Amino acid sequence: MSDATYAFVSLDLPAALAGVLAALTCALLGNFLVLRRQALMGDAISHAVLPGIVVGFLIAGSRATWPIFLGAAGSALVAVMLIEALRRVARVEAGAAMGVGFSILFALGVLLIEQASARGVDLDAGCVLYGQLEYVNWYPVHDWGRFWTLEHITTGYQTATTTISPDTGLPILIKEGGLPRQLWMLAAVAIAAFTFVGVFYKELRLTTFDPALATALGFRAGLMHAMLMVLVASATVAAFEAVGSILVIAMLIVPAAAARVCTDRYAVQLLASLAFALAAGVLGYIAGAFAPAWVGFEGRALNVAGTMTLVAAVLLTGAIFLAPAHGVLWRGVRRRRLALSVAVEDVLAALYRGDESGDPSRVADLPASALTLKALSVLNARGEIGRAPGGGWRLHEPGRRRAASIVRRHRLWESWLVDEMGLRPDHVHETAERLEHLTSDAGALEPDLPPRALDPHQRPIPPDDDA
Amino acid sequence: MTTLPTHRRPSERDLSARPEHSPDSPLSVHALTVAYRRKPVLWDIEYEAPIGRLVAIVGPNGAGKTTLIRTCLGLIRPAAGRVEFWGQPYRRVRTRVGYVPQRESVDWDFPVSALDVAAMGRYAKIGWCRPVTRSHKAAAMHALGRVGMDRFATRQISQLSGGQQQRVFLARALAQEADMYFMDEPLAGVDAATERAIIEILRELRGEGKTVIVVHHDIQTVPEYFDDALLLNMRVVAAGPVSEVFTKQNLQATYGGRLTLLADAAEALARAGRGEIP
Repeated sequence: MSDATYAFVSLDLPAALAGVLAALTCALLGNFLVLRRQALMGDAISHAVLPGIVVGFLIAGSRATWPIFLGAAGSALVAVMLIEALRRVARVEAGAAMGVGFSILFALGVLLIEQASARGVDLDAGCVLYGQLEYVNWYPVHDWGRFWTLEHITTGYQTATTTISPDTGLPILIKEGGLPRQLWMLAAVAIAAFTFVGVFYKELRLTTFDPALATALGFRAGLMHAMLMVLVASATVAAFEAVGSILVIAMLIVPAAAARVCTDRYAVQLLASLAFALAAGVLGYIAGAFAPAWVGFEGRALNVAGTMTLVAAVLLTGAIFLAPAHGVLWRGVRRRRLALSVAVEDVLAALYRGDESGDPSRVADLPASALTLKALSVLNARGEIGRAPGGGWRLHEPGRRRAASIVRRHRLWESWLVDEMGLRPDHVHETAERLEHLTSDAGALEPDLPPRALDPHQRPIPPDDDA
Repeated sequence: MTTLPTHRRPSERDLSARPEHSPDSPLSVHALTVAYRRKPVLWDIEYEAPIGRLVAIVGPNGAGKTTLIRTCLGLIRPAAGRVEFWGQPYRRVRTRVGYVPQRESVDWDFPVSALDVAAMGRYAKIGWCRPVTRSHKAAAMHALGRVGMDRFATRQISQLSGGQQQRVFLARALAQEADMYFMDEPLAGVDAATERAIIEILRELRGEGKTVIVVHHDIQTVPEYFDDALLLNMRVVAAGPVSEVFTKQNLQATYGGRLTLLADAAEALARAGRGEIP
């Protein structure tokens, strides 16, 4: 194994893996917070676990997994109860209750850390916020054959031997051993979260959409919610040491929100949020670890949790603009298309009415806008209209048929508005002008109307060609 | 139909004097009191629902109509009293009792289709942790068809009109194939076509011998649509066949002085009595 490969495998791979695992877990769970409109709950829990983490750390005297985990779970529980109590007893609005609850607990945690570090304990608030991915290292043995034993993968640092480098002749320290503890924790929580969502797939859908019916049917919504909160707290704890709570908060909300603008399907929502999280994790790691060197800052790296969060934000922005169903861009395109089709129909109708009144210049009544010009050129290209000998435009046969059907719709709507809605004939043109574009055929109206040849203004209703 | 005298308001401790509830009754509510923060919302409710009838629960805002339904379904813990379905506690008969909550109680932006929502009615039959199989989807589809919504099965629910959403909710309850139903304001804010469709379904359910208990806001249509009425204002003012309990006196006792529609209701009742309304 070359030195570059070894550096990648021992430093970059575990760190990137930790970031991606944290992102995937949080994104999956975040779907249910976002869909419940409780996105702030993730924020609250991930801050509120801090005092529990510190107490666990102080009791155990090390960053051992279980005391910290139990401490965090305990303070997550306290947070949920405190928020609920604020909401019920003090009658504070839910968002405000969460804000108050988590800031109190986070402040308590910060004070505890301060006291602890005064006594020489190695823990600081910065590490909680940004994580310490640089400590998520893995030193596999150089001989691959020897490494693939379970013992090597699962246990911590195995050996540290000194050897003389053949290149430089200097002694180097070789650490060999298993995957870092942080990765195991993240993997365990990831498996728990995916199992939870897989097993309770339909129960989560029901309790999230309609908790009252769920509870009435025996699927206790409160229980599901509590389990979800425990998993969110676990994900926070597993992630905090490696990637920090900023990434946790971002990943609980951003991928799910991005997925929400892309789809209206529950399954697709879950999968899309995972895809966004994966992309944010991988691209974010590349942006943080490698990109600075590419642009000339050799030997510099950015905080990877920060770059992952920023990449997620960029992806969300992209989704808001480009999403197929609800994206701003496509909505704009659709609106333009609709405006053009309305303009096209207006041009056809104006030419038809011009023919009817023997005054072809009626097209001049249309707004002299870019849209009208575009409509004229579209119709011209399709051969529905053409240049009239004396200037202006005239209808060709396919255009005349379509124009007749539009005018027919317009006049039927006018008749309906006068007969059925009791409006005055001079009040109905504007409304009919809008309705004629919304109905593809006037067939739906006809059962309500007696057959007739003239509209309320005594103008002939063109016959239905298809009939 | 009911064994309870319609105007009786039993004194709180006089429980022994009350009639025994029949185990056949789809719903019997016994001495039920519900309070929010020590403030009573329902006080000493005594009610026995008849079999195979359409029952309207009517009363002013804050009368405890929704609370009564939610308590029956075990969603609110009562301060005192007992609710039984066919002589058994609710948790034993969950699958036999259908529930249509108020339409505003859920987030219609949720990413599911009309078919997904209808299929939720099958979940209790499916049980924990098992997938929604094709036969359950077919049953949900059939329920959508009964309310005329099968064409919109794949439509995301926010893209349905209010009336269509209400029909999807009804289809979800039908998919459950329950023996009795609670519906919370299913006719609130729906178009005329949906109202007709829902009433049609209610009559079909009655034809199958099922009892449907409906919170209804429009007292004018009660005589036309329902067989029985439960007049509620924290206490049961009156319960029984509409023709007996829908009197001016009872309505006034239920709504107090606030009832401006009283005259209309009395007129509607009179017309119903003359057989002008089917």
